[in-house]
Amino acid sequence: MVRHITLDNIEHLAIGSSFLGTGGGGDPYLGSIMCREAIARHGPVPILSVEDIRDEDNIFIAAALGAPTVMIEKLFSIEDQHRAVEALERYLGREATAVISAEIGGCNSMMPVAYAAMRGLPIIDGDGMGRAFPALQMTSFNIEGVACAPLTIADEHGNSALFQTTTGLKAEELSRPVAAAMGASVCMSCYAMTGVEARRATVAKTLSGAIKIGEAIADTSSTSHPVDRLVAALRAHEYYSDAAVLFKGKITGLERDTTKGWVFGNCTISEMNGPSKAELKFQNENLLVTVDGELRCIVPDLVTIVDAETAHAIPTERLAFGQRVAVVGCSAPPILTTQRALDVVGPKCFGLTQDYAPIATLIKDLA
Amino acid sequence: MRIGVDVGGTNTDAVLLSGKTVLGAVKRPTSEDVSSGICEAISALISDCDITPDAIDAVMIGTTHFTNAFVQRRDLVPVYAIRIGFPASRGIPPFSSWPDDLKAAIEGGSAMVPGGFEFDGREISPFDEDAVADCVQDARSKGITQIAVSCIFSQLNAAHEQRAAELIGKLAPELEVSLSSELGRVGLLERENAAIMNASLRPLALKIAAAFRSALADLGIIAPFFVSQNDGTLMGADHMQRYPVLTFAAGPTNSLRGAAWLTGADDAIVVDIGGTTSDIGVLVSSFPRQSTVHVDVGGVRTNFRMPDILSIGLGGGSVVRAGEKGISVGPDSVGFRLRSEALIFGGHTLTASDIAVASGHAEFGDASMVSGLSSDLVCNARAAITSLLADAIDRMKTAPGDIPMILVGGGSVLVSEKPNGVSKMMCPDHAGVANAIGAAIGQVSGEVDRIYSLVDAESREAALKDAKAQAIAQAVAAGASEGTVEVVNIETVPLQYLPGGATRIVCRAVGDLAMKESE
Repeated sequence: MVRHITLDNIEHLAIGSSFLGTGGGGDPYLGSIMCREAIARHGPVPILSVEDIRDEDNIFIAAALGAPTVMIEKLFSIEDQHRAVEALERYLGREATAVISAEIGGCNSMMPVAYAAMRGLPIIDGDGMGRAFPALQMTSFNIEGVACAPLTIADEHGNSALFQTTTGLKAEELSRPVAAAMGASVCMSCYAMTGVEARRATVAKTLSGAIKIGEAIADTSSTSHPVDRLVAALRAHEYYSDAAVLFKGKITGLERDTTKGWVFGNCTISEMNGPSKAELKFQNENLLVTVDGELRCIVPDLVTIVDAETAHAIPTERLAFGQRVAVVGCSAPPILTTQRALDVVGPKCFGLTQDYAPIATLIKDLA
Repeated sequence: MRIGVDVGGTNTDAVLLSGKTVLGAVKRPTSEDVSSGICEAISALISDCDITPDAIDAVMIGTTHFTNAFVQRRDLVPVYAIRIGFPASRGIPPFSSWPDDLKAAIEGGSAMVPGGFEFDGREISPFDEDAVADCVQDARSKGITQIAVSCIFSQLNAAHEQRAAELIGKLAPELEVSLSSELGRVGLLERENAAIMNASLRPLALKIAAAFRSALADLGIIAPFFVSQNDGTLMGADHMQRYPVLTFAAGPTNSLRGAAWLTGADDAIVVDIGGTTSDIGVLVSSFPRQSTVHVDVGGVRTNFRMPDILSIGLGGGSVVRAGEKGISVGPDSVGFRLRSEALIFGGHTLTASDIAVASGHAEFGDASMVSGLSSDLVCNARAAITSLLADAIDRMKTAPGDIPMILVGGGSVLVSEKPNGVSKMMCPDHAGVANAIGAAIGQVSGEVDRIYSLVDAESREAALKDAKAQAIAQAVAAGASEGTVEVVNIETVPLQYLPGGATRIVCRAVGDLAMKESE
């Protein structure tokens, strides 16, 4: 059992969270530099399991919000994150006793770790998505009735704003123009939870899961194939366990459309020595994959394209014709597949016509 | 007439070109001091071709010297880094994520000072002259002479970087300044790293430029010399002294450009086969396709314009094995020991070169040493080599359909059959010195990479026009002859999550070097 996030496993977290990013979520590289500096200065970050959260605990989210192209210019700092959390603490009149990630997939797995290190607080072994999603309301917190608002954002100058809104959707809508006015790369906090709420609404075991997945992919001492190690690590996890390589081949077709603010697109993968084809659909994150016309995995279950040799996840913006890839699918955490959850993160929310079907019902050869 | 020189790790090649004709080519070992190797190669070339030094109009040099110096941590000086943009970005200061040994050699202090720009052009903070003056004093007191200046969104607006440079020049004229906006693209850390790397190499660049100059003077060549940049275009000696980092990865680029020139091909795969590896690159409109991923140089993350190269373990020294699953070739190689270990040289290791000789496609070494190899083995090994190449070529293609292939480099004799996916196989004369030819034919370029606000078709048109005009003006400023400059590439990338149609436009223009050439 991993008990701390240290300089030794931060890289595993980055690799594992890229896989759970299902093609989106952003590059954890900058965040991992910040984590390194924070852990080197403040020491390792203790991990708190969801079942060990006490009723009287106060759990706060730390997250970056903005355009990726701006983030790589303006970078981040933990002090700005602190302003966002502090503003929320002050408004609510309660102080954080633990930090949690809103989104374990991609770059937002990192900021909470650096922030927890700075505050000397534990980080929860869990998050609000168990993967990556493109919108703020697509969280288990929202699904389980935790309010997104009040939401705070903070810039690098000491400016912060608090949005007390009726719905999470409204909080996102109102915060975006303010975030743009602040320079389009800000720190944020929302979904503040009591211990009772956090125990109920968190997707548990995703932080330790990401570390284990990263560890398996990066394990250079092993003689087995990285893709096999990845699948084995998923199968060993409590939720991601219905996992399989859905297809192997090379990318032979790619369509991307970024005009509407999201990256919409399709990717065709062809078998190397055979006629089979897989079709993958994405909107920032990967949404569904069919093999020869048959559905194999659909959101909220996870589909990630990985390098066929190294098993490292390939984000949608780096997909390219000719790449040799494996398509790996796995089951979503159960908290995301209830009827109530599917109304928030199900196929319909992405404009898909297909119904959700668990990967276990779509794939025969699951161990 | 022009001379192209490629200073590689092992050999220094020189070629003499007149218009579209290769008049001569020589290969000499690279010398430790670089200049004597160049001297030897050029003087051999001049005497081979029977010309006088005054007939030479220009000398173009491609060198890996700066890359090697950086990777091997040789001849680097400490750098003081000033980043403009405080309080933004302060969580990840300069030199973050640099390898410890390099940091120890180069980090001469750093500061983050107020200034910088937002994505939409607003100032993050007013530029703070006093803070920069403090940095100058700090650097002086530490005995640092090289300053690297970076600034948030300086690709959009370089004004604060330029003001810092002016101020430093006024306060301490002995300090040399490298600006990130002149070196890199969007991505603050990578651009800042490029400026720091550049600053650390500048004293060496001064030395190398002087060595080049004296080598040419010793030979009686009075023509100007130019140096290859990583995008296949040239810069003058003055420019190289200021921007040595721009020579990184010029070698593979020159080899691709040389292949394009030798064959006249615009779109093709280029396979450069050496002793240990084959480098596979792609020509698009006769220029190398550039890599889209971050490139680490000596352990430091950068975003230079680098050609997209796939290296596979196939070369003249690749070890050939007969196993249960059939014949395998490489990825291990006997490397420089080819001349003692290969069968044709009386050794005991079956190599790809032995297969080429046994099959009658190459003549070197002692063919009788491989006459006993079974024809099945030779045939299968050749098939294995072809399929390795076919696989690599397939990985590098960006569209379905067959594509022409150009073979260059010493190991091109290994390939006798057209691999799958190849429409036409070309192995031009002088393929062994494609690098030096690539240097000789270098053109001059200009590039812009900035973010525009495209709200409607009209503003889109205006932005594209502006980007093109800026790229062309930069090419002319870099020494291109005005009438020859063309826009070779323009990309528009809409930015996610941003209002106002914010779009990144990258535009590149290329033209011929402005010089009079006597035939």
